[in-house]
Formats: sequence, structure tokens, C-alpha cells
Amino acid sequence: MNNTTGSQDAGLAIHTEKLNLWYGTFQALFDVDLKIKQGIITSMIGPSGCGKSTFLRSVNRINERLGYVRITGAIDVMGENIYAPGVELVQVRKQIGMVFQRPNPLPISIRENVLFGHRIHNAATKTSKSEADDIVEGALKTVLLWDKVKDRLDTKATGLSLEEQQKLCIARLLPVKPGVLLMDEPCSALDPKGTEAVEELIWELRGQYTILIVTHNMAQARRASEECIFMLMGKVVEHSDTGKMFVTPENKETSDYIEGRYG
Amino acid sequence: MFETTSINKKNITQQKLVRIGLGTMTGILILPVALILGTLIYKGAPMISFEFLFTGPTKGMTAGGIFPALLGTVLLVLVALLASVPLGVAAAIYLSEYAPDNWFTRSINLAIINLAGVPSIVHALFGVGAFVIFFGFGTSILAASLTLAIMTLPVVIVATRESLQAVPMSFREACWNMGATRWQTIRRVVLPNAVTGILTGVILEVSRTAGETAPIMFTGAAFFLPLLPQGVLDQTMALSLHLFVVSTQVPNMPEQLPFGVALVLISMVLLMNSLSIALRMYLRGKKKW
Repeated sequence: MNNTTGSQDAGLAIHTEKLNLWYGTFQALFDVDLKIKQGIITSMIGPSGCGKSTFLRSVNRINERLGYVRITGAIDVMGENIYAPGVELVQVRKQIGMVFQRPNPLPISIRENVLFGHRIHNAATKTSKSEADDIVEGALKTVLLWDKVKDRLDTKATGLSLEEQQKLCIARLLPVKPGVLLMDEPCSALDPKGTEAVEELIWELRGQYTILIVTHNMAQARRASEECIFMLMGKVVEHSDTGKMFVTPENKETSDYIEGRYG
Repeated sequence: MFETTSINKKNITQQKLVRIGLGTMTGILILPVALILGTLIYKGAPMISFEFLFTGPTKGMTAGGIFPALLGTVLLVLVALLASVPLGVAAAIYLSEYAPDNWFTRSINLAIINLAGVPSIVHALFGVGAFVIFFGFGTSILAASLTLAIMTLPVVIVATRESLQAVPMSFREACWNMGATRWQTIRRVVLPNAVTGILTGVILEVSRTAGETAPIMFTGAAFFLPLLPQGVLDQTMALSLHLFVVSTQVPNMPEQLPFGVALVLISMVLLMNSLSIALRMYLRGKKKW
């Protein structure tokens, strides 16, 4: 795991080579080679258990918490091997933010949620009130939540609606300036209106962040991503332009899945 | 179609009998508590006065108050808390947040459960061997409190660990995913949300510590002392032992005096327990997730 993929292509945000992953004796990923471009939205689709969430979780090394996970191959994020010996997990997680299926705001105020990441990464320096205000306002404006919550920043974040909570969970990643945002089915706990709002937000963030989004919702992949990866049984079947994949898929499995023949 | 049949008549009778039976059992359960409290209040309440609470015993303990014993119990509990709370909370944080799930951790957990099951007289003898003799504290508040601390440590550890584990995993994941270290996560998110449970455990410990007799009678509590303790290396009187003494060891004891002592002791314990319940309800009302 000490070798990088060798390519230092500046246009790639995530680059994996021969990535294999086992949960105990069960192999979940098989020789995954992916080149995910910087600054665009890439979606991952595939039936349950195809390894898309596993892949996502190995990109910020959260899988490791389970002691029985074993990985071979290489994952480079922004040109650097995140599994190299000198790599600090704290820095990996700072650079690579993650949004979960179920919104998980912390049980503190909205304001403190947004500032949480900033505070833990700048523990040594004191953040002035006005600086903190700017950070909160900036992040909440980016996620289109500012107008709704600006008058109740000191109320508990857990009192927000699920849609607002999910937006807040995205907002709280932004102050530490991550390069990559990983989203694990970010809309599946939301109602259709909330889904639309969060999708809209994700589309807004395009260009500023590299976004990798796992989804079960084909329509969502089609609407809200520029490139699309189709996985099946732990292998990458197809990776292409979203428009192209949904109109003229190259593989039979892809077209079967997209047309809803299984999954 | 909706009339009762003989079969469901039988079921209904059965249901009523079961209900009455179970209710009676529950009533029997309350009876001893009510009797104890009733007797204590009836016989002990007339004893309670400012003088009883704040002066020392006189005339070979058959008159006067219980102040040295009351103070002694408070001191014993405080010193015991100072020792057991930091130790217990730290151990619980380690076990809940850091320790890997392996045979070693499991054997520590087993040891804690067993520690809770050790009879108090065994703790007392351990206290004599370890604190009084080996560490050379002599029979003193320090030795007695440390013995109490060891005895009540499992309560603190178990209560703390349970309240830590009641904090949803998603909070921890949220923190870790923002790059927070384990300690930052614990300090900023886990502990603030677990503090209710920890406090409850601590207060329960207090109420248990206050009432114990065996662990302190060989390690630091005295039958009678003419002076108040001047430091933690002095012996002290204590309410629980005082109750034992005035009930059984002193001739010509006025009948009501032991009831007064018992009433003070049980009031202390009940007060602590109610405080713990009130605190828990208050803080539970405040938090939502």
C-alpha cells in the first residue's frame, strides 16, 4: 500500500488502481480502477451490495474503524496516496468531507455545528467573534440555508427539518475547505421536496468541490451528476459521461440496470 | 355475534385473577418500605432538632446530638468521591471509547462486575490490609474512604459507561468525519451528552457510600471520639456505625434516640436519590435528538 498510482495528473481528484477490499474473508471490491475528475459531480450507481458505499468509505479511510477490513492497491486523492505511512488521518478527513444518508447534526446549536470543524482544526488559535460570524454566514449561504436560519443560529440543530439538517451537515464541512465531498445517499432520508432542494444545492457546489455521490435513485444520478460510475458485484462496469451512460450505455448490464430489470 | 361465550368468560375471570394477584404482590413489596419509613418518622421525628443535628453526644452517648457522626459521614463520602469519581470516569471512558473488543477488555469488564459482587466485609478486610497496614494510613478517614471508593467504583464505572454508550454513534461518526480526534470527540460531544448519566451514577454512589458500615468500622470509623477529626489521617465517627452503637452497644439508651439517628441517615440517602432522579428528569427534558 506504500506505492502511489504513479500518475500525478492534476485533473484527477480521486485515482484508484487495483483497489481490492475484504471484509474478513468476503471480498467487497475487485480491482477497482477509477479516475474521478476534479471539480465535477460524479455519481455511483448499482444494486445494493455492489460495493459503491464501500468504495466511498475507503476514500476517507472510515472503513478502517472496522478492524477486519483489509485493503490492497492504491487510492490517491489529489495526487497523494492517502494510505501512505506518514499520512495523518485527521488531515485526510479534513480534506475529504463526508455526508451521510441520515443527517447527523451534532446536538449543539446551528452556529456551533458550522464552526465545529473549524474549531477542532484551529484549536490553538482563538477565532474572533466577527471571524466566526463570517464563517457561519458564508457556509450557510453556500448551502442556501442562511435566510431560513439566520435568526435562530443559537437554537439546537437537531430541531431543524431533515432537509435543513442535511444542508447543515454539508455546510459544516465547508469552513475547513475540503477538496472532496463524499455523499452516501444524501437524499434517501428526505421527502421529494427536500430531495429536490438538496440536489439543487449539490448542483450549486459543482466546480468548487469534487463531489462523489452514491445514490440508489437513478433519476437523481441522471439529474445531478456529470459523470456516472456503474458498479456491480464489487467491480466497476462502466464509467462515462452521465448523459451518455443513460442514453447509450456500453454494457448490457448497465442498460439492464438502468432500465430497471434488476436492482 | 358479540355475546360472551363460556370460553371467553373463563378467560376474563382468569385475567381478573391474574391482575389482582400481581397487584397484591406489588402491594406487599411496598409494605416494608412504608413500614420502615413510617416507624422511623413516627418514633424518630420528635428527636430531630437543631441541637440534635449540631451538637455532640453527651452522657455516654445517651443524650445530646449526632454532629460528629454526621460530619464524619459527609467527610467519608467526600473523600471517597474524590478518589472514585476521577478513577471510575476515566476507566469508563477508556473502556467505552478506546478499548478494543478483545479478551483483555472483556476480562476487565468481568472483573468490574465481580468487584460489584464482593461482600462489603471482604472489602473491609482488604481495606485493613491495604490502606491501614500496607500503605500505613492507620485507621483513618483516608483509609476508610479509599475502602469505600474501591467498593463503589463499579457503580461509577457501570453508570458512566452506560451513559457514554447511550450517546448515538452517529454523533461520533460526524465528529470523526470532520477530522476530530477521539479525545476532541469525547470532550466536545460525547461527555456533554453523557454527563446526566454520570451524575446520576455519582449520586447513587453517594447514597450507597453514606449507608455502609462494615467497610468503615475496621478502617477509620470510631465508636466514640471526644474531638472532631482534624485531618484525613484522623479517625472519625460516622452515622451508620453510630446507629449500630446506639442501638446495640450502649446500656440505658433512650428508646427514641436510635430512631432519630436512623431517620437522619435514611433522609440523607433518600434526599440523594431524589436529587438524582430530579436531575435526570430535568436534563432529559432538556436534551433532544
